[in-house]
Amino acid sequence: MSVDKNMNVLIVDDYKTMLRIIGNLLKQLGFTNVDEATDGSMALNMFKEKKYGLVISDWNMEPMSGLDLLKGVRSLPANNNVPFIMVTAESKTENVIIAKQAGVSNYIVKPFNADTLKAKMSSVLGEF
Amino acid sequence: MNTPKSDIGRDQVVKIINSVIEKVGAAEDVSREHIYQELKELHDLIEETRKEISASRASDISGTHIPDATDELDEVIAATEVATGTIMDSCDAISSYGDKIGSPHKDILLNEVTKILEACSFQDITGQRINKVVKSIKQIDEKINRLMSVLEDKIPGLPNSVLQDTRQGDAKLLNGPQMPDKAISQSDIDKLLADLF
Repeated sequence: MSVDKNMNVLIVDDYKTMLRIIGNLLKQLGFTNVDEATDGSMALNMFKEKKYGLVISDWNMEPMSGLDLLKGVRSLPANNNVPFIMVTAESKTENVIIAKQAGVSNYIVKPFNADTLKAKMSSVLGEF
Repeated sequence: MNTPKSDIGRDQVVKIINSVIEKVGAAEDVSREHIYQELKELHDLIEETRKEISASRASDISGTHIPDATDELDEVIAATEVATGTIMDSCDAISSYGDKIGSPHKDILLNEVTKILEACSFQDITGQRINKVVKSIKQIDEKINRLMSVLEDKIPGLPNSVLQDTRQGDAKLLNGPQMPDKAISQSDIDKLLADLF
């Protein structure tokens, strides 16, 4: 099944620079419907308005972290299966395990490059 | 009810002195003058330490140096954010020219722009590292404040407790970027995730 590049993608990071970098990389990959949020609670509220096909989120944010956002998304009745990629500088083994237990689809450690982002997106969405 | 920290320091000193008196008193061949001399030396040692710390103007560390240092580091974060924004504005402008010139030059141009964008993530990483340093400095500040509080009360003792990690839950997991020799790589994470399935 081909990947619908018109799907809604939500990127979440408290650093505007990272939002812009990921947004630009997604644009180059052909994804044009990209929304941004600066923390977990803002992102979770956006799920009330729209259905998303992919979430790419940082972990270390306030007031709601990426892990809490992941748990929140997984508890949503309507959108609980949305692919969720954690993009974070948290690179301890226990972080990866806890994220996996919470239902993360894939995990990218910062700093990363466009090839890594594409590879991880392909692993959760299918080749594109 | 919590015991004030200065009282803890005072109690510790009293405990040590009582211990010295008890041990010296247990020996029959030790005179009262000798006991007094031992305690006097202990007192002088503590007093000397107190004066040395006071002379080092420790209050300046907490009142001036640490706030200045954290402000400087905050400024580094702000300045790199502005600079990164400028670089990325230029990337956007270059990319839009790429749309006009067409392939194959467009592809070469966008490939190089992508490399610049990837490199711009340094701002996020350095920002997180600097924030870690600022938190460490603030912990040192708290320790100095505690020490100064004890000295101001003329308590002849220094706190020797080690800072404990009291964080819980999600907060305990947030340690920011790891040093290269402690971090696990993307391939390690991939293997770990594969093993967890």
